[in-house]
Parts: sequence; C-alpha cells; structure tokens
Amino acid sequence: MGESGPEIFRCNLHIHTCLSPCGDLDMHPRAVVEEALAQGLDIIAICDHNSSENVPYVIRAAHGTPLCVIPGMEVCTREEAHVLALFGEQPQLSLLQDFVYANLDGLNDEDAFGLQPIVNEAGEVEGFNERLLIGATGITLEALVSRIHEYGGLAIAAHIDRPSFSVIGQLGFIPPHVPFDALEISARLGIRGGRDRFPELSAYPFITSSDAHFIQDIGAACTRMALKSPCIAEISMALKKQGGRYIEEDA
Amino acid sequence: MNLETLADTLGLKCKCCWEKLKSTEVKGGYAGDLLSDVMANSSAGDIWVTRQVHQNIVAVASLKDLAGIVVVQGASPDKETVDRASKEGVPIMVTDMAKFEVVGRIYRLLSEG
Repeated sequence: MGESGPEIFRCNLHIHTCLSPCGDLDMHPRAVVEEALAQGLDIIAICDHNSSENVPYVIRAAHGTPLCVIPGMEVCTREEAHVLALFGEQPQLSLLQDFVYANLDGLNDEDAFGLQPIVNEAGEVEGFNERLLIGATGITLEALVSRIHEYGGLAIAAHIDRPSFSVIGQLGFIPPHVPFDALEISARLGIRGGRDRFPELSAYPFITSSDAHFIQDIGAACTRMALKSPCIAEISMALKKQGGRYIEEDA
Repeated sequence: MNLETLADTLGLKCKCCWEKLKSTEVKGGYAGDLLSDVMANSSAGDIWVTRQVHQNIVAVASLKDLAGIVVVQGASPDKETVDRASKEGVPIMVTDMAKFEVVGRIYRLLSEG
C-alpha cells in the first residue's frame, strides 16, 4: 500500500471581507467563497483588520465546497506594522481577538473610514462593528508574534515590500530576533521579485497573497504549496520544508 | 553645536550615554517615524527626532552614524531599546514636547550656529 505524496494546493492566505473598513461591501462571505472557487483556489485565509467577526460566516459559506478557509486576522501593531495571524481552529483565533480588542482604542467613523458590516453566509447583515478597526493596537511587534505562537498560530509579516504599514517600511528591516514563520510579498512583486529585492532575507519562507479588498482582486496572486492535505499544520510544515512539503517558488 | 548644549537648551531628558553628549557634534537634523525613510535620507551627525520607540531605532541610528535620538510627545522607549542604545553608544533623549516644536527649536538653534 503506497502512501500518496504531497500535492500542489493553490493558497491565498490574505483576503479581506466587507468587515474591513477599506474592504468593498461586495466582499461578503458567500461572494468571497464563490470567487475563490472560480479562481481555482484551494485554501484561503480571511484576514480582516484587527477583527475576525466574519470568519465563522466565511467558513460556513465554504461548507460543502472543496475550499478550505483558514481563520485569520491582520493585526496592526503599536509600530503600525501589519502582521497576519493564521490559526488551525477558531477558538485559538478568539483568544487573539480578545487580546487585540483589549488593546485597541477608539470608535469607527463610517464617513471617514467606511462601514464595518458583519455579514452571514446568506448575505444578511448581522450588525456593524463599532470599533476603530483601521487603527493601531497598543501591542508591540514582539508581544504580538509571541502571543500568536502561544495560541498555536503562524505569524507572517504582511506585504513587506510595501512602503506603508509593513515591518520594513515602519522599522527599516525585519528585526532578526522576531521569529516570523514567513514573510509576505505583495501580488505586484511576487515571490521571485521578492527574492531579487531582499537577498538578505533568504533564510525566511516567502508567500505571496492578493491582500484583496475587492472581489476582482481575489485571484490576483496565489502561493503554490505542496501539502498532503489543506490545513494549517501542513502549511506550517511547508514553510519549514518538512516531510516533503514545500512552497513552489518557480511558478 | 555639541549634543549636551542642544539637550540643555531644549530641556531634554537623557536616557542613556550621558558621557557621550559633550563630545558628540550635531551637524544637522532629521525627523521621521518611518525607519525605512530615515535609513534612506538621514545623514551622519544628524540629530534624529521621532515618535517611534521600537528597538530598531537604535540599529538605524547606529548604522547611519546619527548623533542621537530625540523621542517626542512623552513617549517612553522600551527597556530593550534603552539597553541596546547603551550597549551601542547611541544617546537617547526624551521630551514631552510635540515633534513640530522640537524640530522648530532644533532648526533655529542649528541655523544660529
């Protein structure tokens, strides 16, 4: 009896929903799932700004489809750097959510920043998040990464090639003592472009994602990962190149 | 102008490297919170005015051979930041003043020589 080897999964691990104030209102859970499937994606992660309240609905919208939805969040640290937090289970994400909300001040101004609707899998508005989700938390980069790991998640520095809200933009370089699991390169540059621009970061795994705020951007980028099944544990192994799992950088 | 005169004139509180203030010459200044910008555009001998307190500010100041760092708006640099600055010999000073006022006063001081 032969055990099957890893297969290539198309992953887009940074997608917003309408809950993000800058996210298009058309990005409701079912629409995100339908477009991800139409784009041939196998795994997506939902990462709204400082919030995860649409995650359960996207997971429900994907129920019965081949799409795997990873619970996640894009947290803004005290230094105003964006970090993706990805988890295997929703309760782990809920722990991080409590920590983030406890360190996030202010109320949203819908006219200035946009609406923050919580929308269910049927497209019905469940309510509006009133917090200032676009704001920075009071959490340091070090404390955030440490807390993500404590709760069993993966910490990925978001869009490090972008001048704004990236660890490199805010802090000049990736602090070597912060144990990121991977670094994300924006869709425009891509993994190969990132390798050319950041030779000093060759020891880090790179991923690329669409960071989609609009439906038409969901298919703008994907990271091809060789996994045995679509789950966070396998993604973690691919980042570490363990057990035959890997990230395909040439695609 | 040396850093000690500048710090005394503005009433800055020094957090580390007191012993270097007198012998450090301030040749110019730079203001910014985006460390990528400071790395690209500051010059050796600049006094750097910032609201950023992450320990990477020490590495940037050291790399660019800046005269010292002024942290504004009553912000408190992390212990790790101050420890690292002590080790690398980068003076960090703090003030309750806003960045706009600090920069204006330093600019006038340096212009008057």
